[in-house]
Amino acid sequence: MTTTTFAGALNTAMRRALENDPKVVLMGEDIGRLGGVFRVTDTLQKDFGPHRVIDTPLAESGIIGTAFGMALRGYRPVCEIQFDGFVYPAFDQIVSQVAKIHYRTGGKVLAPLTIRIPFGGGIGSVEHHSESPEAYFAHTAGLRVVSPSTPADAYHMLRQAIAAPDPVIFFEPKRRYWDKAVVDFDADPDLPLHAARVRRPGADVTVVAYGGTVATALAAADIAAEEGRSVEVIDLRSLAPLDIGTVAESVRRTGRLVITHEAPVFGGFGAEIAARVGEQCFYHLQAPVQRVGGYDIPYPPSKLEKYHLPDSDRILDAVDRSLAA
Amino acid sequence: MPDRATVPAPSAPPHRGTLPDRGAAPRGRRPGTDYPVQLIQPDGARVLDREHAALVADIGPDRLRELYRDMVLARRVDLEATALQRQGQLGLWPPLLGQEAAQVGSAHALHPDDYVFCSYREAAVALCRGVAPELLTRMWRGASHHCWDPEAVGMTNPNIIVGAQGLHATGYAYAAQLDGAEIATIAYFGDGASSQGDIAEALGFAASWSAPVVFFCQNNHWAISAPVRVQSATPLARRAYGYGMPGIQVDGNDVLAVLAVTRQAVARARAGGGPSFIEALTYRMGPHTTADDPTRYRTAAELEQWARRDPIDRLRRLLERESLWDEEFAAEVGERADAACADLRRATLTMPDPPPSALFEHVYAEPHPLIEQQRRELARAEGALS
Repeated sequence: MTTTTFAGALNTAMRRALENDPKVVLMGEDIGRLGGVFRVTDTLQKDFGPHRVIDTPLAESGIIGTAFGMALRGYRPVCEIQFDGFVYPAFDQIVSQVAKIHYRTGGKVLAPLTIRIPFGGGIGSVEHHSESPEAYFAHTAGLRVVSPSTPADAYHMLRQAIAAPDPVIFFEPKRRYWDKAVVDFDADPDLPLHAARVRRPGADVTVVAYGGTVATALAAADIAAEEGRSVEVIDLRSLAPLDIGTVAESVRRTGRLVITHEAPVFGGFGAEIAARVGEQCFYHLQAPVQRVGGYDIPYPPSKLEKYHLPDSDRILDAVDRSLAA
Repeated sequence: MPDRATVPAPSAPPHRGTLPDRGAAPRGRRPGTDYPVQLIQPDGARVLDREHAALVADIGPDRLRELYRDMVLARRVDLEATALQRQGQLGLWPPLLGQEAAQVGSAHALHPDDYVFCSYREAAVALCRGVAPELLTRMWRGASHHCWDPEAVGMTNPNIIVGAQGLHATGYAYAAQLDGAEIATIAYFGDGASSQGDIAEALGFAASWSAPVVFFCQNNHWAISAPVRVQSATPLARRAYGYGMPGIQVDGNDVLAVLAVTRQAVARARAGGGPSFIEALTYRMGPHTTADDPTRYRTAAELEQWARRDPIDRLRRLLERESLWDEEFAAEVGERADAACADLRRATLTMPDPPPSALFEHVYAEPHPLIEQQRRELARAEGALS
């Protein structure tokens, strides 16, 4: 058992993947000598060399496109996109090449890339450093999209993602990088990569969150408990595929659902969950599904992000609306 | 490190893609940088260029005839596929008419373990790599998204996103370098693709990594309706120098010249010398694809000018001049092409449509609940209909 930060858990996951599989390489901007702008890859280049922990030229399409080429030769690249808002230059390589090659070639070619993207806000940064682009990728067939919310899941899910034969978009809630927990790096993962986790059982309302909003939802549930309301919190962990079974089972018990994410609500991932719960739990629902997300605006300047990001109050307001219905 | 000796003097006027028809090199200027490398004139006479001729000195009568045979095969198969599209058997076909020398010459420079990253017009390269003609139409008919097994051929399937494959070739080449494998990759792309950011990034990454990749640009002068001057204010090969790799311009309708310069670039890559850029000046004699109408944007006069530089006629004239041409050879070449076209036509006409269940095959390598659910839904719906 080791006390580690979220970032440290990711670092250990990559270290062990590098140790266990000579075909694993890390690629990205500033990940080598610097150890990444968040230090997630700290010391790995020193220990594994510049040909396994590769400081690439500064071009995101180039990173993903060349990683794809390496994968065609049997490599298993783990790419870091420095910030969420920097992934768009690589969008074509991800959705047109990485996501589709297995289908295109009738299963003859794999692209087992893991694409790590620090995402979400709450760190007081400038434009393009706080976005939540997960819906674009969850909408793309051929990709798997996951997001851990704890150091333990960060470790195990990254190991699982790297080992997976399909491409995985791995969203890291950057404001949780400094969260600490005790993690057993030698234990087997307790869940498959694409299973949701009930983080807090409850009876009155189900709150579904992922990534950075899981901790917010848990804080809201603590406050609700003081007010005598029992909130069940589900950490989705995987967006694609979506473990709708765990969500539906919960909603059938509580009859009420609140979904929260940082991304804008319109066309956001919450809409997919709401639609599926509508299909599968219609006769159990006691209230309309509530969504709590970012406003439908470009990510605001950091002095305003506290109004934009879902917080406990906004989640509790939605819980109240759900219970009042 | 790039071979700095090949970097041209900046004072040389930019070459605008016109091909001098001449027999000897202009004095004081260098083939490949000041004007395109040429080894066969349009009338079939050899060009005096000792440096580049030496690269193909081993190409004797048999290999010359083989190059001719492969070019005719490519042309006939391409015309057959175009005809199949006109007859409603293919959804689309991108004709390579006019580009046979650029493709066959470069493909003949490759070793079996080199890896080809193509665009979508390289059917002639695929044939030279050993792809059976009957496989070429699968994706253009809509029966699948691919034609052949890439690993078996050492060549990717047609890539439709313009320029994306430059990065794939670079990544593969870099991986080969890490493996210690002495191979080259070659990325085929066009003058239009040269404007794509992915090609720019690929040139940058390849140079930074000294990756064993050959960037083979077929400048066929037209990106659908946009002439090459829309893409670039400078000869495309010149761009290579800015990235730190040699760039060379070659007469892309001269199969020997293309073979020579590609051999040079492949040898350099395989020996650890890093990337190179080849601009093969050629011409797309047909439409961009069968859905295009080039009469809307280019003149008959331009077409006639390039018809006089036809790559197959040119090699035939050389064979005639060197007494390597006879009716028996011509008949043999024709029969081989006839057989390939018959194979292609038969395979296309008898190609079964994939079953509806194929919709869901290989979306993921591992089972995916949504895909499995939708597979069952379609099966149920199909069952209800039948």
